Amino acid sequence: MPEPILSLADVHAGYDGVPVVFGVTMEVMAGELVAVVGANGAGKTTTMRSIVGLNNPLAGVIRFAGRDISRLRAHQTLALGISYVPEGRRVFAKLSVEQNLLLGAYTEKSKAEIKRRLEEMLELFPVLRERSSQTAETLSGGEQQMLAIARGLMSRPKLLLLDEMSLGLMPALVEKMMETIVAINKSGVTVLLVEQMVQEALEIAHRGYVLQSGRVVHTGSAQELLDSEDIRRAYMGM
Amino acid sequence: METLLQVLLDGMLNGMLYALVAVGLCLIWGVMDVINFAHGEYLMIAMYVSYWLGFLLKVDPLISLIAGGIFIFILGAMTYWLIIRYTIGKPPLSALLATFGLAMLLKNLCLNQFSPNFRILSGTWLGDKTFQLGFLIVPVPQLVTAIVALVIVGLIYGMTKSTRFGWAVQATALDKEAAELMGINTERIYFLIFGIGGATVGIAGGLMPTYLAVHPEVGTMFSLIAFVCVAMGGFGSIPGALVAALLIGIVEALSGFYIAPVFKYVAVFGLYLALVFLRPKGIFGW
Repeated sequence: MPEPILSLADVHAGYDGVPVVFGVTMEVMAGELVAVVGANGAGKTTTMRSIVGLNNPLAGVIRFAGRDISRLRAHQTLALGISYVPEGRRVFAKLSVEQNLLLGAYTEKSKAEIKRRLEEMLELFPVLRERSSQTAETLSGGEQQMLAIARGLMSRPKLLLLDEMSLGLMPALVEKMMETIVAINKSGVTVLLVEQMVQEALEIAHRGYVLQSGRVVHTGSAQELLDSEDIRRAYMGM
Repeated sequence: METLLQVLLDGMLNGMLYALVAVGLCLIWGVMDVINFAHGEYLMIAMYVSYWLGFLLKVDPLISLIAGGIFIFILGAMTYWLIIRYTIGKPPLSALLATFGLAMLLKNLCLNQFSPNFRILSGTWLGDKTFQLGFLIVPVPQLVTAIVALVIVGLIYGMTKSTRFGWAVQATALDKEAAELMGINTERIYFLIFGIGGATVGIAGGLMPTYLAVHPEVGTMFSLIAFVCVAMGGFGSIPGALVAALLIGIVEALSGFYIAPVFKYVAVFGLYLALVFLRPKGIFGW
């Protein structure tokens, strides 16, 4: 059995000492696409924030590539190879699309390498090339989401965390986003995907975790979860 | 007509000094949302550094400005590390009150150590040299200050706009968490910004003993004027602070000369009130 690239062991997390996540345990293997699904307020984002170090966990251990990262800050986990595309996109509104992308590769020193990655991202998201000198705030919601993902990939992460990408996007665009994520995953990036759109997320994922009130209530292969009567009723309105 | 042009020149030269004092305050506010009330006291300390170097070691203020810059860089960075760091994420008032306390501490420390006496450095290189430009009389120390101000403000602006470090600073200012997610060590950015903001006012303070007396209260009015520059220019906008500083210098000179010297601050703060009323976000604010 190979070591997981990311593991959470009994993680409690919250804000200002008030826990909202109670003992979450999960594992992600290298190369996997894993979905974390659940209703609004289930603790999905809090879990992600504690993985990357925006909020250190109150208790429990988070390991990445065999190393304890529970107490690291976000700029340190990025340096190890974890990139988090936060909920709400959080692009730098007053900076240009290109500056946003270049900031994504802030830790890379080689100019040639940064240029190569930039070219790669503009290839993957052609609309960003057309907009490259515009400020990020002038982009539509869907374009901002693409920018946020592209920016997150500019650091060449081993593990990409994507939080609520579908929020505020029209269904056709959501489908396209999901295809893009599959493509990113196939290119060798391990993906942990947080979604309220349970069905769409599980359709592209290998495995899934269902969070409810800060606890993991179901886990299994994506197909098992999609077939589960409970989950269909609770999250997909069927 | 000739008098008017002379008054305008004096006003603009003074305005450039205000710009140099204000740019650091502007930078710190723009990046960290912190109003540093001790900014004027940084100026005062740098003036003492320069004064004592001149008085005891015969170092000219033109050289001491480097010492002033370095000294206040350290003081600013220490202010962040020992005080401001603990107020980040707390109510905005806590940083304000903390720097207010620091201002009191520094002022009274100097009062205690150096007495309230006015101290003037004599025999400096620039001294009270002037030269004639047509019918205008140009004071050399003020002209040098204005040139230094232009260079420093230009450097700071260029740094934020077109260097990687500057982009990281802008990113941190726009969204600290998102910047952190780019691998930017935002604590380090804050530390350096407080240092750089301090260094700029330190350079101003290093130069000033050439033509201005040093005393523990000297920073207070500069602090207030720097605040008005930053607020009028639009918080965080460096070109805005520069324009506002020039405007304040000119209004101060005109009202001081044509109305009465005691009236000049009434005009300056009246202008501030009017501008804030018409454009609450300042000239270049967004």
